[in-house]
Amino acid sequence: MNEPIVLATSLQKRFGNITAVQDASFSIEPGEFFGFLGPNGAGKTTTINMLTGLARPDSGRLSIAGIECTGNVKAAQHLIGVVPDESNLYPELTGLDNLAFCGALYGMGRTARKERAALLLESVGLAEAGRRKFGGYSRGMKRKLTIAAGIIHEPPILFLDEPTTGIDVESARHIRKLISDLHATGTTVFLTTHYIEEAERLCSRVAFIVNGRVVRQDSLENLLAPVKGVSILSLCSTRSLEEADLAALSRSFPRYVFNPEKGNALSVQSEEAFPISPLVAFLEERGFPVLEAVRRRPSLEDVFVSVTGIGSEQMKKEGKK
Amino acid sequence: MKTWIPLFAILSKDMKAYYLKPPNISWGLIFPFAWTGMFFIRSGGGIGGIMELLPGVTALSILFGTTSMLAVTVTFEKKSRSFDRLLLSPITLETLMLAKTSGAILFGVANAVVPVLMAMLFIDVSGVSWPLFAAAAILIAVVSAFLGLFVAVAVSEVFEAQTFSNFIRFPMVFLCGLFFPVQSLPVFLRPLAYALPVTYGADLLRRAILGTGMMNQWMNISILTGYCTVLFFLTVKNVRRRWIS
Repeated sequence: MNEPIVLATSLQKRFGNITAVQDASFSIEPGEFFGFLGPNGAGKTTTINMLTGLARPDSGRLSIAGIECTGNVKAAQHLIGVVPDESNLYPELTGLDNLAFCGALYGMGRTARKERAALLLESVGLAEAGRRKFGGYSRGMKRKLTIAAGIIHEPPILFLDEPTTGIDVESARHIRKLISDLHATGTTVFLTTHYIEEAERLCSRVAFIVNGRVVRQDSLENLLAPVKGVSILSLCSTRSLEEADLAALSRSFPRYVFNPEKGNALSVQSEEAFPISPLVAFLEERGFPVLEAVRRRPSLEDVFVSVTGIGSEQMKKEGKK
Repeated sequence: MKTWIPLFAILSKDMKAYYLKPPNISWGLIFPFAWTGMFFIRSGGGIGGIMELLPGVTALSILFGTTSMLAVTVTFEKKSRSFDRLLLSPITLETLMLAKTSGAILFGVANAVVPVLMAMLFIDVSGVSWPLFAAAAILIAVVSAFLGLFVAVAVSEVFEAQTFSNFIRFPMVFLCGLFFPVQSLPVFLRPLAYALPVTYGADLLRRAILGTGMMNQWMNISILTGYCTVLFFLTVKNVRRRWIS
């Protein structure tokens, strides 16, 4: 078996009285797409900072590609590419100059970095914008260039901190495709996100972090296994259900689990397939006309909710903060 | 990895993005001009007085030019998080800090040339010891750059950098022998004057331009080099403590 490319053991980080990360342990195999999932303030960015050299763990051990770098990640920084949660390139420089500058930081010669920069601009769809100043780019363009800057030196490990937060759908889709293609070429990817569906779509293994603690980590397959046979139905009505209505539903359909969702929606979950009509009839009798009933397959979101008790809507809301 | 590649890249990026911007070039020209004019008029010493003023004005130009720019650019980059990009690269913190200060040092040395060129229009400067002048200008620029860096690391906002810099710079104008000899200061202020690095830089410039000075030139050079070393390592330590904590 290969040596883990990232091995974190009992990492801990405190800021004053606040424990940002507590006893975080995980290992990432070469070529893996590892997702680090949690709400805002869970400790995702602090963990990335410790892994990349922007923060020093108070305790714990860290090794990257077999290099012991607890307290000094410098020795392994040439192997790491980082895409921070904010596009932090230089507004006064053009896209091309920004990439060439980032290449120079990793010791790339003039010709090599210019060629690589031009190639990357092409691959992220910014070939024409490359001569324009970074300060004039749209948010999506900035994110794409920041990703290109993170891989200018072709690092075997790429850390991505919330790469699609706050950008338009089209750009987000393009970025996901870029990351996916990059992973397909053998790059190990460490992705933090609060978009559960993004992690489910991209990652092969996922860790959930809540309040600084890694509460669960496993392959996507293993995480989804317990909910594989579960049947889920989303119902949408004209108004939301009260506590009493939910209690009545639970009494009448004891084998189902009811969870109110955003707006006037209700999710119904059962260990086995179930008929829709008795539920619809029950709700309509009580003055809740059902406008829509959609069956959906169980997702990572359902696993996340059951493990952490945090709803995906809360995650999204926090992401906008 | 070839260390000079990132070092030179950071220097040329800073030159392009900050130091060679028209407002900074005009600041570099107008500031020494204004100081020279002001002290020349105030001294009432006629054209002959320019030579007396030249060491002080030159030191002042370097001090203000260097500290202003560096403190602001580093604080700005830290605030916009582009400085994190430098911290994430595989270059040592010492190399990074040298790269960040080298732009300010060059800018400071260029600022030193302006008053000299202006003086050349009015007086004969053939008696100036240029090697000593160059050594003094470079050492004042280096010590000022490290002072600016020390300030930049100690604060988090650009306006704080400016304010904090002024707290350090303005007392130096009066205490470091730029325009009034240190010996003419009240006795209780003299220890403070001797604790400030620019005192030794100004003395070195005085020796280069006027041929006289309080101290031996090698003593001045040694003390300034000592200050540069201590300030540099203090700053690196501060960066580690504050920014990679």
